[in-house]
Amino acid sequence: MPFALNSPCRLSLFGLLATLVLARAAFADDHHSPRVQLLPKYKNECASCHEAFAPGMLPAESWRRLMNNLPKHFGTDASLDPATLKELTAWLATHAGTGKYAREEPPEDRITRAAWFVRKHREVSSTSWKSPAVKSAANCGACHTGSDQGDFNEHGVRIPR
Amino acid sequence: MHTLSLSRFSRRSFAAAVGLSALTLANISQAATPAELMAGYTAQSGSPAVVARGQQFFTTRHGREWSCSTCHGAVPTQAGKHASTGKSIQALAPAVNLERFTDSAKTEKWFRRNCNDVLGRECSAAEKADVLAWLLTLKP
Repeated sequence: MPFALNSPCRLSLFGLLATLVLARAAFADDHHSPRVQLLPKYKNECASCHEAFAPGMLPAESWRRLMNNLPKHFGTDASLDPATLKELTAWLATHAGTGKYAREEPPEDRITRAAWFVRKHREVSSTSWKSPAVKSAANCGACHTGSDQGDFNEHGVRIPR
Repeated sequence: MHTLSLSRFSRRSFAAAVGLSALTLANISQAATPAELMAGYTAQSGSPAVVARGQQFFTTRHGREWSCSTCHGAVPTQAGKHASTGKSIQALAPAVNLERFTDSAKTEKWFRRNCNDVLGRECSAAEKADVLAWLLTLKP
């Protein structure tokens, strides 16, 4: 055996691991995650018209309201068959936002009106928001180059000119 | 012993048969070719599809903000763009995009949603047949 069970070396290894796990959790919380593996059906049904927004970006109650109102979804009909609707609503509620992502139900249940979203984007100029390449604040991928992978790290941001 | 194994076998084959027929039924109700779907809509409407009427229907507005071509483009052999989110929409013409109109449930779902957005009602079988007939004439 290389080290005994209670050797200082073994203990510090545990310490290191624990630190890594905690750091990872903190990082994840800061980036709209824990990065949940997106349900293929969710991507299929919801990402035809817009990005497959991470379920952690809205609190459960907002998701429920949105899912109960899909025939009038921000001005378009996004209705689903009853079985799919039930499955996706339950999945979204299970993985809905916690912590600062659940502190409020944002106005109109829009992710882009949540306090954390507004604060994170306060330095983005109105010209950038209006750029044809951006078009909508819901178009995450216009600037967040890794958004389709759930990566919203600031280093991956490229604001189109 | 012999009867036991026989009954186990028949139970299994029964289960397999049920599973297979369920699968087959599911396939019948889903997988299709664009031409089959068009034939279905034409049969439902009771009169032949008209290509020019399909193009006219697709490219003009119907009393609301959007036409079909607002998002799909006037000639949908190229990618379109969602009118409110800006998200890219793959080409709709089956000759360009082989996945289009190959699943009856998916086709119905999108006709239902998009006709509601464009016309404020569902499309008739005749309207669907016309549009599909026109789309089938488009070449890359």
